Formats: sequence, C-alpha cells, structure tokens
Amino acid sequence: MKLLFSPLRRRSLPLALAALVSAGAAVQPALAGTPKDTLVLAAAFDDVITMDPAEAFEISTGEILGNTYDRLLRFDINDPSKLLGDVAKSWTVSPDGKTFTFTLKPGLKFASGNPLGAEEVAFSLHRAILLDKAPAFILTQFGLNKANVRDMVKVTGPLTVTLETDKAYASTFVLNCLTANIASIVDKQLLLSKEQNGDMGYAWLKTNYAGSGPLKLREWRANEILTLERNDQYAGAKSKLVRVIYRHVKESATQRLLLEKGDIDIARNLSPQDLAAMAGQTGVKVTSTPKGTLFYISMNMKNANFAKPEVREAMKYLVDYGAIGDTLMKDIGVIQQNFLPMGLLGASKVNPYKLDVAKAKALLVKAGLPDGFKVTMDVRTVQPVQGIAEAVQQTAKRAGIDIEILPGDGKQTLTKYRARTHDMYIGQWGADYWDPHTNADTFVRNPDNADDAKAKPLTWRNAWAIPEMTKKADAAVLERDPAKRRAMYEALQTEFRKTSPFVMLFQQTEVAAVRSNVDGLKLGPTSDTTYLFGVSKR
Amino acid sequence: MPDPLVALRAPGQLPAGRRLRNGLRAGARLALALALTYLGLLAVTFFIGRVIPVDPVLAIVGDHAPEHVIARVREEMGLNKPLYVQFGIYLQHVAQGDFGTSVLTANPVMQDIARAFPATLELATAGILIGVLVGVPLGVWSAVRRGGLVDHVVRVMGLIGYSVPIFWLGLMGLLVFYARLGWVAGPGRIDVVYQYSVETVSGLLLLDAALGGQWEAFGNVLSHLALPAALLGYFSLAYISRMTRSFMLKELAQEYIVAARAKGLSETRIIWRHALRNAMVPLVTVIALSYAGLLEGSVLTETVFSWPGLGLYLTNSLQNADMNAVLGSTIVVGSVFIGLNLLSDLLYQWLDPRTQDR
Repeated sequence: MKLLFSPLRRRSLPLALAALVSAGAAVQPALAGTPKDTLVLAAAFDDVITMDPAEAFEISTGEILGNTYDRLLRFDINDPSKLLGDVAKSWTVSPDGKTFTFTLKPGLKFASGNPLGAEEVAFSLHRAILLDKAPAFILTQFGLNKANVRDMVKVTGPLTVTLETDKAYASTFVLNCLTANIASIVDKQLLLSKEQNGDMGYAWLKTNYAGSGPLKLREWRANEILTLERNDQYAGAKSKLVRVIYRHVKESATQRLLLEKGDIDIARNLSPQDLAAMAGQTGVKVTSTPKGTLFYISMNMKNANFAKPEVREAMKYLVDYGAIGDTLMKDIGVIQQNFLPMGLLGASKVNPYKLDVAKAKALLVKAGLPDGFKVTMDVRTVQPVQGIAEAVQQTAKRAGIDIEILPGDGKQTLTKYRARTHDMYIGQWGADYWDPHTNADTFVRNPDNADDAKAKPLTWRNAWAIPEMTKKADAAVLERDPAKRRAMYEALQTEFRKTSPFVMLFQQTEVAAVRSNVDGLKLGPTSDTTYLFGVSKR
Repeated sequence: MPDPLVALRAPGQLPAGRRLRNGLRAGARLALALALTYLGLLAVTFFIGRVIPVDPVLAIVGDHAPEHVIARVREEMGLNKPLYVQFGIYLQHVAQGDFGTSVLTANPVMQDIARAFPATLELATAGILIGVLVGVPLGVWSAVRRGGLVDHVVRVMGLIGYSVPIFWLGLMGLLVFYARLGWVAGPGRIDVVYQYSVETVSGLLLLDAALGGQWEAFGNVLSHLALPAALLGYFSLAYISRMTRSFMLKELAQEYIVAARAKGLSETRIIWRHALRNAMVPLVTVIALSYAGLLEGSVLTETVFSWPGLGLYLTNSLQNADMNAVLGSTIVVGSVFIGLNLLSDLLYQWLDPRTQDR
C-alpha cells in the first residue's frame, strides 16, 4: 500500500464532506421549472394496486381512470345534478322505468385505434359483473348478476345498447351509477388478445391500459411515478398537455419544497401548516373543493353504555366542532353533521350540535350514568384524525366520559372496526358514486344485524339495528320523483342526527397548491372527476 | 489418527486429499448454515407477518367491498388454510424459484425488487464510499492527534450523527442546499425531463446514463444523489470514524509500533502501513455491517427524498400485510447480510494471514 497523502500535512479534509454535498452542483445546476407541455404533480399514490377499472376502488386510481377511460355518462363537475353524455350521445328511459336505452356517438376509437361501439360498451359492463371485484356492487345493486347480465345488458344495434333493471329505481340513481369508474368502457379486442384462461384480460390490465379517454396511461411504477400521455385518437377536445406525470411524494414538507422550487406544478397532499405557509406566496395559488368524504366518530352499540340513546346523543354535545374546524380542519374541512355530503341530492345544512357540556351531563344523568364511564377509541396515527380524537378526549372528559385512545396503523384499526370489536372509532367515509344512496346504503341501512350477516355496512359495524329506517332507505332509492326523493333523504337525516351511533364531524375539503402558470385545474367533487385534460400551462 | 508430519508442515501444505475433504466439509457446513439461516429468516418473517392484527384482504379489496368478495379473495389467497400449510406452500413455490406476486403492485415480487434494489444500492454505495473515504482518515487523524482540535470536531460530529433524527436532517438539507442555495437537485432520482430518456439497463441510473453516453442526465442523477448520499454518508461516517479511532488507539499502543519508531521508520509509514493495516481487520466488519445496514434501505431517508428504494417498498408492503413482497425483500436483505459477511471473512484472511483456514 503506497501512501498518497498524509493527513498530518494536508489540512483540507474537514472540507471533504461539504465538497461532496455540493458535488452535483458543480456538474449541473438544478433545472428551473418543468416543460411547458408536461404537468408534474406530487402526490401520495401508494394506495394504487391495480389499473383495471373493474377492480380499482382506490382514491388515486379513481383520478387516473377518470382521466383515461370514457364511460356512458359523466356528471357535470360544475353542477353535479346534471348528467352529460360521454360515449353516449343520448339516452331514454322506458315508461315503466326499467329499461334504459343508450345511443352512442359514432366513429369513436380506443387509444389502440380499435373502434368503440355498442359491442364494446356491452362487453365492458358484462366484464365488470362477471369479474365481480370490489366495486362491482355499484352495478349489481340494480339487479345485474353473473347469470343474467348478458340478457340485461344487450347490444340492440351497432350504436345502441339497452340496460334493464330488476325494479323501477329512481332513474338518476341508475344513471349516476353509470358515471362511476366501474362502468368504464374497455377495449374488448385488445383485452381478448391478452386473455389468459378466460380472464378477459384481467391479469394483463392490472398494470396496463385499454381505454379511450382524453389521456392514456403510459406507465405506473408503484411508489415512484405514474405517467399519462395525450390520447391522439380521442374524438372530443384533445388534451392541451402532452404528458402528465405524478411523482410519488409522501411527505408534505417535501411536496412544498418541490413546489416552491418549481420542480412540480401541483402539490396534492399538503398539511394545513404547509398550506398556510404557502398562502400569499407569489407564484403559487391554492384551489379547493368540497369532497364527498365525511369524518365521523362512531360508537359501537355492543357496548352497553352506547346502547342507550341518551349516551349517544350526549357524545354529540361533547365535540367542540367550532374549535376543531378553526384549527385542525382549517381549510381542509367544513362542519357536516349529516350523512350526505353537500352536493348530493338531499344534503342538509342543518348542523344543530355544538359543544354543550351541561346538556351532555343532563343526558348522562338521564341514562343513569351521572359519573360518566370509561371507554376506548381506536385511532389511526395520522392527522387530522389523531388531533381530532385528542380534542374530543379533552371535551368528553368534562362530562366524565374517560376516553382511552388506542393508536394504530390504518389497516390495523380498520381490521378491528370491521370485526365490530371496537368501542369507539374515528374514521372517514367517501361516497362510492355520485348518488345519495351510496351513503344511505351504509349509514341508514342495516338489513341484518346478526354477527354472520351477508352485508356489513357501517350500521352493522356499530350494531345499530334499524329495520324501519332500512325500509325507508329502500323506498327512497325507488322514488322516481326527485322532489319527493329529496324529502325522503332529508327526513332520514333528521332521524339519523338524533338517534344514530355516529357523531358526524366534517366534510372534507380537498386542497391543491398550484404554480400560477397552470390554468384550468378544478378539483372534482369525487376522486374520479379531477380532470387534467383541460389543464394548460403558460 | 493425528499425523505427526502434519505438525511440521507449514499451513496450506496439507496433503491434497485432506485439503479436498476439508474443503468439502467446509462447503457443506456453509450450505447447511445458509439453508438454516434462510429458513429461519423466512419462518420468523412469515409468522410475524401473519400474526400482526392486519387483514391482508383489506389491502386488496379496500374497506367498501361487499362481504362475498372479501370471502372469495381470502379463499384465493389461501388465507383460510392453517398457517403452517400456508408457509409450506410458500416454501414450495420459493424452491421452484417463484416468489409470488405482490398484491400491492400486481408485479412479480422479484421484478419489483429488481426495480427498488438498484435505487437503494446506488444510494447506499455512494453513502458508504463517503463514510469510508472520509470516516477512516478522520478516525486515523483523531487517533493520532488525540485530544486535538480534529479529535474534538470528530467527536462532536459523531454525537450529532447519533442524536439528530435523520428525517429532520434530511429536510434541513433539502431546505438549505436545494431550496435556498440551489446547489443540488431535489427529491427523486432524476428530473422529469430525463425520466424517459435514460434507458434502463442495470437500474443504477448513474451507470445507465454513463452507458448511454448521456452526460447531462448523468450530472442530473449525480445532483439528485448528492444530498441523500451525503446524509447517509454522514451517518456511517460518524460510526466508522469513531470505530477507526478506537481501533487505531489500540494499535498505536502496541509494542511493534515502538519497535518501528525505534527502527526510524517515518511516522506516516507507521500510521498508514502498520497501525492502520492491523486496525483494518476489525474495521472491515464495521464497514461491511454499515454497508449492509444501508442496503436494507433507509425508510426515513427514502421518504424524505422520495427515493423509490427497498426500504420504502418493504415498509409499505409490511403495513399492508403483503407477505410475498415482505418475504421476498427479506430474502434479498438476508442475502446482502450473508454475502457481505462472507466477503468480510475473506477480506480478513487476506488482511491477516493468521486467520486463514488450516
């Protein structure tokens, strides 16, 4: 070993680390800004597990599929009560309310160049039912099943498809369900060419793309990058962007640095603290929209104390909605004490509960619990739910209810909740499709409260047996007069507010921070309606 | 029967038959040890993964899925079978080279790892290079000038390295060198403009960019790598320099050093040629283990720097009870440890002939 230098003579070593840190800088200065035809977003998309619209049910995937797949109809994101044709040019409902006929736009093509007609539409709906993955219930709830789907969804002409339902549902309910990702139109020819063991291309489509939307999927690399590109086969208004790149950035502070530096155009998951710090900065603007996701605390009625209606109502008086809304939920949520988020038919602005310890104490006395009681609450260790749980713990204590917080990872608390072995649980619920039945189905329907029930909605998880309300919710989905249907949901919510084991807290507001040279970004009310194909950059 | 002649022979001059037999025996011992290590590793990981109170089905079907779908997926995943049967099936597949598919990414586990591991390898290698190239000389220097300024500086740096959370230091580094000074590129491995211009060959972006002759992209990758590598380098440096110092102090107090000085050898030669060479023997283990630790993937560093490495992959898989991915990653991490251990054993023998097998 020959000696190259002696540390005793050379005095530059302490500088070595600093030199190495800046080594990259000497080679290349960081590029300012992103290319003009490319939109770069930082988002946490580790929830993505599949790219198949028949299976995908995750928030991040929702947005990707909304941009890359067409469906029969979409709802207008500026007025969600209005439906717009997507591949359907027009549609009619038979007088008995059970047959829907869709006429398609002519000359449509998939990104692959294959034609898109009635055959492909019918195949897509058949495939969703036959594969029967998690979101398939959105379509099976109006009577489609594996055995009958080929008869219920039929091709009646090169550009006409009919859909039959088992009952005369509110027609908007059926049509609203068809705007969901599960009803995406997939490329039959392409999928059948990739078929393995009769799986209708299921194995292949998990990581691939077979759609016709304004953008197409180029690549999904889990935990790293997700790239969309303009679909030049698209018949409608073409995307102004050539490329959309999602970078997986989990940490809010990192997203903020990237945005400030101009290495990304949009930051999707900023914490309220980082958002507050960004507000008023030049070069960055903030956009927000109310989402169909609700924050709530639930009480398991298997716990004898929560079986008492007074105790459940007392809990609703033991939350300082205002204070939490001004701090933990500032800019990311608004108070909502009903099971329907604003924007859905029948949503209510009635939010009667405020922190009122005296009233809560009186109710507890009435329930025979003047000294309160001890109880546990399962809490995911993420914000804002952890903060909300701690705030509620403080206020509940003032009425003698001693809440012990059991912290856990998301999947862990959920596993326990689903087995209904919790006392209290704090969670979120997002609408699965844009119709009030989506939340009525889980908050005010409980067809069977037995331990081995076939369906286990949130009511079941909290052991709330409500045969009468279940009937009312079933009637509401069959009501074809929109005004009457709205009144039915309003009535259901009045009852729900008073008696349910759910302390409804906030409706989520989604916020994105955007570079000011980005135009046309509007976050949609659902995860699958944040459209990027209308976005452009200056 | 002991052969009296053997004692008279120098080591390495055993009869050929005996040497072969020894070699075979050592090989068999090694194979058995390896097999047991892997089996133990897999068993522990598998059973821990299965007893954590997370329903693996949830990760696939989500919270809103109907009961019959949940039941069917549970059946498809074989989760209804007893744990030992599940483990047996897994081992059977592994023996056939099938590590299964990750339920989170829908890719074969080995394909995922082939993508995540090079990212970690690149970062860890850069980190350990900094750790060794800076840490060892610093350690030597502070041992030689014990109690001097450098010694104090190294000690304080080591202390900071131990007590400051890497997460915080990473964010501060980004804030200063990326956001404020603009010396280095930000989180991620490469700027989006180069994202699709570098062809993937090895997954090591520096190498791939160099192979493709794309020097602009190479510079960009280097610029992205600088900060997280410096951070990991700093943490391994803190450890390596401290260990180097104490090994060196021990060597410098030995009699052969006095003898060397009496012989009139230059101080430089004594320190670097004699003392360090002997200190290197235990130091190799320290370095190998630090490197192995970095190769596991540092989940915090990877989170802050949005680095799509093994640490992030493993953590995300574990949180979702994606056992195929967890077990596959465990095998890779285990192999890294075993491989580096073997390597350091070999280096031992090269550095110190006395430890060679007889």
